[in-house]
Amino acid sequence: MATTWRKIKPMGARPEILRMAGVNKVFNGQTVALQGMNLTVNEGDFISLLGPSGCGKSTALRLIAGLMHPTAGAITWAGGQEAGDLGVVFQEPTLMPWATVAHNVWLPYRLRGKSFVAVRDQIRLALKLVGLEAFEDAYPRELSGGMKMRVSIARALVTSPRLILMDEPFAALDEITRHKLNNDLLELRAKIGCTVIFVTHSVFESVFLSDRIVVMAARPGRVHRELAVDAPYPRGEDFRTSADYAALCREASGALHQAMGDAA
Amino acid sequence: MSIADPIPLLDAEEQKRARARQIDRIGRWLLPVLTIGLAILLWDRVVVWNEIPHYILPGPGLVAQTLIKDWAILFDALLVTLQITLMALAVAVAGGVGLAVLFNQSRFAEMSFYPFAVILQVTPVVSVAPLIFIYVENRMIGLLLCAWLVAFFPILSNTTLGLNSADHNLRDLFRIYGATRWQRLRYLQLPSALPYFLGGLRIAGGLSLIGAVVSEYVAGTGGIGSGLAFRILEAGYRLNIPRMFAALALIAATGVVIFAGLSFLSHALLHKWHESALKREI
Repeated sequence: MATTWRKIKPMGARPEILRMAGVNKVFNGQTVALQGMNLTVNEGDFISLLGPSGCGKSTALRLIAGLMHPTAGAITWAGGQEAGDLGVVFQEPTLMPWATVAHNVWLPYRLRGKSFVAVRDQIRLALKLVGLEAFEDAYPRELSGGMKMRVSIARALVTSPRLILMDEPFAALDEITRHKLNNDLLELRAKIGCTVIFVTHSVFESVFLSDRIVVMAARPGRVHRELAVDAPYPRGEDFRTSADYAALCREASGALHQAMGDAA
Repeated sequence: MSIADPIPLLDAEEQKRARARQIDRIGRWLLPVLTIGLAILLWDRVVVWNEIPHYILPGPGLVAQTLIKDWAILFDALLVTLQITLMALAVAVAGGVGLAVLFNQSRFAEMSFYPFAVILQVTPVVSVAPLIFIYVENRMIGLLLCAWLVAFFPILSNTTLGLNSADHNLRDLFRIYGATRWQRLRYLQLPSALPYFLGGLRIAGGLSLIGAVVSEYVAGTGGIGSGLAFRILEAGYRLNIPRMFAALALIAATGVVIFAGLSFLSHALLHKWHESALKREI
């Protein structure tokens, strides 16, 4: 992990890191999972993909992750993709139960042939960022659901990736833990300036976290509308109870209903 | 209750639970010891009351005496049986895990050779053993081969299952991070397969002992330096029933020790992380 962190630049001044152009994905030659998706991801963006089930948001994420390839269209990384450019957090913590917390966080480096000792500092730092520096030697089963998710986040950011993909990471957690992790995620982002694509089907979560919301529609999965969330960071509990927040949620919710309406 | 009243640390329900736990802990040891003791006592009484002659059914006392008297012979035989059993188990582990990994890495190898593994498994070892002893000159190797045939399949099938049961999200994660096939096997599939493998190992431990004893029966009493099965056959020919029982007791004890040893190994390897080895708090 870089010792000098990126600063988040204002919206207009962010360099592009990834572009999806006319991306289509068809399964089994018949199911159109994603149709004509265009998306430009700039450094420092926090983008939420918001939509009902079947709108292709997870497909989009898997395409970006390189787990599958587009049927048509292209996904291009500015300057090409290198190892460690991508960090991923799934809906489940997806930890290896036989490995300690520190060894789990080591994984992205380990798969690149780096010894534990060589990246010890990076692992410590990543765990410190998620507030788990005291649990290095614990096994996943000793942790709560929220803590496991934090380990998963630490693993995603240990290599200082250019882009972190999060696929409904907090959906399985209780409301209180989810709010806490949302707050912490924003704090983390302010600190290290990471770029995030965040899949969710919670309007509230997407408004609270992101500076751009991509509202998606289903059957076929496609982008319905892109919304800018015009509220300054840092956002905390004050923002969650503000009139601005309520208005933004109403707007996003309206767009989502529109997206679902024209699918029906 | 006024505020000043101290809250008791153990309420009635908790006390009951603690008591139940303690009874459970003692019962776990005491009950098996007690029932086995009673069974032996009953055996002894049946022999004495019915005045059964020792060449038909010896009492437990006589069996114990024979065990001590014939210890030199029986212990040598035990060592031979144990040697075959453990070697067969070791070869079964190597062969079972090796084949499982091969099958896992190459689907064509699995499609081609899995039927052979099944055929070997479903053919009773007693029916194959005579052939083996015709073709294999060395008696020791023949015995080993028979015991291996019986023992390797549970390891193969369990390990195969384990290698295929790695978490799907973790597989995706390994792909995203550009893991090689070898890294995926080493860091993801083998650890995932460990609990399954250990389950198979416990079964194979018992089976390799059975394989060793059964194949020795088939091999007959021709050889020298033979194991416990040989001693049982020999004692049978001489109507030395107490020695048959003594040898039998040794075989049973060996099986129990192997099972206990493998269970301990399993616990030692898994207790930190696997569900099967965890104690629930409440």
